[in-house]
Amino acid sequence: MPQVTLTVNGTKHTVEVEARTLLVELLREKLRLTGTHVGCDTSQCGACVVHMGGDSIKACTILAVQCEGADITTIEGLAKPDGTLHPMQEAFREYHALQCGFCTPGMVMSAIDLVNKHPGGLSEQEIREGLEGNLCRCTGYHNIVKAIAAAADVMQGRRSELARAAE
Amino acid sequence: MYDFAYHKPSSVADAVKLLAADPDARAISGGMTLLPALKLRLNKPTAVVDLSGIAELRGVKREGGTIVVGALTKHYEVATSAEIKAAIPALAWMASTIGDTQVRNRGTMGGSVANNDPSADYPAALLALGATIQTDKRKIGADDFFQGMFATALDTGEIVTAIHIPVPEKAGYAKMKNPASRYSMAGVFVARGPAGVRVGVNGAGANGAFRATAMEAALAANWSPDAVASIKMDPAMMNGDIHGSAEYRAHLVTVMAKRAVANAG
Amino acid sequence: MNVVAPFEGIGASVRRKEDLRFLSGRGQYTDDINRPGQTHAFILRSPHAHAEIRSIDVTAAKAMPGVLAVFTGADMAGIGGLPCGWQIHNKDGSPMAEPKHPVLAEGKVRHVGDPVAVVVAETKAQARDAGEAIVVDYNPLPAAATMDQALKAGAPQVHEGAPGNLCYDWHIGDKAALDAAFAKAHKVVSFETTNNRLVPNAMEPRAAIGEFDPQSGDYTLYTTSQNPHVIRLLMGAFVLNIPEAKLRVVAPDVGGGFGSKIYHYAEEAIVTWASARVKRPIKWTAERTESFMSDAHGRDHVSRAELALDADGKILGLKVHTLANMGAYLSTFAPCVPTYLYATLLAGVYTTPVIYAEVKAVFTNTVPVDAYRGAGRPEATYLLERLMDVAAAEIGMDRVEFRRKNFIPVDAFPYQTPVALQYDSGNYFATLDAALQAADWKGFEARRAAAKAKGKLRGIGISTYLEACGIAPSAVVGSLGARAGLYEVGTIRVHPTGSVTVLTGTHSHGQGHETTLAQLVADRLGVPLANIDIVHGDTAKVPFGMGTYGSRSLAVGGSAMFKAMDKIIAKGKRIAAHLMEASVEDVEFDRGTFRVAGTDKTKSLTDISLAAYVPHNYPIEEIEPGLEETAFYDPKNFTYPGGCHIAEVEIDPDTGKVSMVNFTAVDDVGRVINPMIVEGQVQGGVAQGIGQALLESAIYDAQGQLISGSMMDYTMPRADDLAPVSVATHTTLCTHNPLGVKGCGEVGAIGSPPAVINAVVDALKDYGVRHIEMPATPAKIWNIVNGGRKMAAE
Repeated sequence: MPQVTLTVNGTKHTVEVEARTLLVELLREKLRLTGTHVGCDTSQCGACVVHMGGDSIKACTILAVQCEGADITTIEGLAKPDGTLHPMQEAFREYHALQCGFCTPGMVMSAIDLVNKHPGGLSEQEIREGLEGNLCRCTGYHNIVKAIAAAADVMQGRRSELARAAE
Repeated sequence: MYDFAYHKPSSVADAVKLLAADPDARAISGGMTLLPALKLRLNKPTAVVDLSGIAELRGVKREGGTIVVGALTKHYEVATSAEIKAAIPALAWMASTIGDTQVRNRGTMGGSVANNDPSADYPAALLALGATIQTDKRKIGADDFFQGMFATALDTGEIVTAIHIPVPEKAGYAKMKNPASRYSMAGVFVARGPAGVRVGVNGAGANGAFRATAMEAALAANWSPDAVASIKMDPAMMNGDIHGSAEYRAHLVTVMAKRAVANAG
Repeated sequence: MNVVAPFEGIGASVRRKEDLRFLSGRGQYTDDINRPGQTHAFILRSPHAHAEIRSIDVTAAKAMPGVLAVFTGADMAGIGGLPCGWQIHNKDGSPMAEPKHPVLAEGKVRHVGDPVAVVVAETKAQARDAGEAIVVDYNPLPAAATMDQALKAGAPQVHEGAPGNLCYDWHIGDKAALDAAFAKAHKVVSFETTNNRLVPNAMEPRAAIGEFDPQSGDYTLYTTSQNPHVIRLLMGAFVLNIPEAKLRVVAPDVGGGFGSKIYHYAEEAIVTWASARVKRPIKWTAERTESFMSDAHGRDHVSRAELALDADGKILGLKVHTLANMGAYLSTFAPCVPTYLYATLLAGVYTTPVIYAEVKAVFTNTVPVDAYRGAGRPEATYLLERLMDVAAAEIGMDRVEFRRKNFIPVDAFPYQTPVALQYDSGNYFATLDAALQAADWKGFEARRAAAKAKGKLRGIGISTYLEACGIAPSAVVGSLGARAGLYEVGTIRVHPTGSVTVLTGTHSHGQGHETTLAQLVADRLGVPLANIDIVHGDTAKVPFGMGTYGSRSLAVGGSAMFKAMDKIIAKGKRIAAHLMEASVEDVEFDRGTFRVAGTDKTKSLTDISLAAYVPHNYPIEEIEPGLEETAFYDPKNFTYPGGCHIAEVEIDPDTGKVSMVNFTAVDDVGRVINPMIVEGQVQGGVAQGIGQALLESAIYDAQGQLISGSMMDYTMPRADDLAPVSVATHTTLCTHNPLGVKGCGEVGAIGSPPAVINAVVDALKDYGVRHIEMPATPAKIWNIVNGGRKMAAE
């Protein structure tokens, strides 16, 4: 059986897999990192988005063997070791950008890549278009868009804290 | 998906050897089309040959009046390449609209070209720009390379290694996305350059990407959105489905052509 | 010591307690659970809409690597069919046709996706590999793929026991009175429409793990359900004959439901039954393509309505004829959706004095249809609110004034409609006015003109709606054919040091119960939110509850908790009276403090709970130790949220694409516990409503193949399809539950579709458009615009 060596959330793993094993199957079934979800079988929903070398990718549309030597970050690897959340995670909570939570890990991973690829900030329309690869059935995206805008401001130093304006 | 053998050669020569030895092996680069098909068990290759370890297939460079794009160049790299943005901004912009962010982070120009999906973006652009597709054994003009839906001039086991694109004077792209899949439902790439005035169309055609010659003639005489506004495409040449009839797609091609010319400036 | 911060109680936008685990990847959804020795199931499904099964050969499949067992309908013979929870009666009083719904097909398949066989193997891939080795000899039969096909003379029969493919022919209202009203009418406006079939598509696909303990004989089912007790009852009592005490059903974190996870599905019974055969746990998880052909679909009505008006534009009567698609089998609550959740809502917010509706439910060779967010009420609202616009146009009256003229007056509550319901409270004028203001209705014509100058067609649409939820009074629904009670249960367990565990029979799959329900306790008992834990979704932990659907969790489940808290407070007062040497009548309770009235003698809730669990100084002869109370609450009536939704759209006439520009919702959901969560629920519901209006449609071809059978062809709303949704609330309290709450889960999906279509029709008014069917896709709009241009040119 083929073997693949990859780094996931800072830890190096060598795993035996079938050639047909997808990265998401390796993460969920071999490494028991079940925060990365599978919501469709046509590469559209984005519940499985993780980072490979900092780029967001769909873990359901890449073979585990294609990840030889890769550096993978999943939702479980975002918070600091002391538990401090990534600003994007915090923003999702602050802006009520999640309901059932199923799309959330992929949405957060996509959002971070989106912000990182727009160092000058993003318009609302750019955020909406940037989420083309992620589906959410609960929120109507309204609060997701707000959360990402707020997190972008914090990540890029335009704002010091995420807190919403008083209601 | 069905299981298969996996190979990751580090040179084109090795890849060609692997593919030649097994006619049921499939090459993979980004895998953005192949993997979804494998997951649905629509394909049963005996082996998958991963081209991503072949360094010689990478990189974008300008050689005189031509941009040379290595086959493994990802859509995101095309969209952000300083060379491409300077020389063919319409192509960079088009790449920024392919699929979603995650597709652009994995999918490659070579893979898209070799697959020739009728609703893929690149084939129309390469037709319009008069590009040349370089393989491990020859160079093929875009007009000869794209041969209808999922059909190309590639022989079994032949690998696209690079795409040579003459730098145009002007080029523009516009598309209407399929509301569900977000693939192109009708996309038009217009260019005026060394290869003359050319118009490539994706998404809409019943037999894959094609050139809209009547529009080319009109634009050659008068490069303006109005020039194509009255040109009606033949619905008989178009694809129809639950998202739109052939008549609708024919109409969209005209609308997108106008917008592409406007975008080209 | 318990000190409640004031901002944690009712009315505070408390950030959700559940979010931390979801945001850090620590949610536990069914597919995240792995049991020791777990195997995997693959369900082989019918590729035909209608076929006879001549034979099934599983020999090769059984010999495939990793395969433990293969089962077909023959192996499961003797097991009950999937039960239907609601019986409707025909006009003549006879019961509806209720054909058996086999767990695995028995001799015949009736829709694409009908389960035919199951493979249990060591891995998911092995199970699927083996599934492909099963040889089924089908004799394909002509299909009744649409209601049109099914109702034609000589149509293929989906079930032998349902002649003419009719499930029932039902009616409600006074036909004679209606005829009299129509005879007096100045004008009758007719309208026909289709309510498009939808696929719920909760982001988490359904999954189930069955586990059998051969030593104890106990079964456990982990499943993606909105109501684990209902599943235990239906599967245990009707399908597998397992006593409740031997069957535990766990619905852990569930990734959205929208109705589709209410029902008892075949796969739950299959993995539970088969786990006892292979003596190992079995997991099944749907692939999305499988969800499309096995999750109950929603909507799918064809309706004709006639509205009788007097010369002043007052409504005299409404007549409705509806065909409702049931699909191939009756899903758990399917029969009640187009009847008691639909026709009873046809009065809407209007004083229509007479209503008569008849509904025919039809079997077709398609996936079963059942409740989907709103269920029946969106269909009624859409029909009515489109009809209001059509009628206003036909009599030349402003559409807002026409509505206002027919609103139920503010002083008319409680208001008895002609279709059974009695509304307890509402103020439709207030929500209308607030929405018109918020959406700048008056300024619209200027925006339309500005859009026109850019070559765009802008339109604005309104919907003033009402729904009945908080289901439901058990005696009422029982008399209407429900085979279940619809009360709810809540247990308040005050621990010795004053922290609280709540057991609720409702289930949270996105609604935020772990926060909202805790706020109820924080507000009343004065316990900090951090010290309150909400437990749900496990029949081994929670008393028998009915689950979450029909916007009932707070109105019914919250009220049960309120009653349980009444009992806690009453008992606490007795203990406090003893400790403070006062009489019980003199003890007052407010947010965690027991006080002897008129004195400064107090005891905290913690003092009382400690005394209750350490009863040294305690009236042990009179009061039991402990501080835990359970209450069951059966609602006295439905609740009636309502409001006004306004949609503003812009159409690109060149492509036909409709862009949402703005959406305004002003809803009366009764008392608001957590405004942030209410806004989120409305925004999500509106997104699904916009999806129905503009994007989504489950389309079958004439052979019964689902053409929009994956997300490649079924348009799921994406972020860039939607616009910001402005949400406000205007409260009139529910008068019959102790919290004054009405429910907010469904209002968005109910009120929004007609607002959007009304806006689209408004945008196209220069093209002479009277109506456009949902979804208003670019191609459909372009056909209209193109046709209109042709007409203009001729």
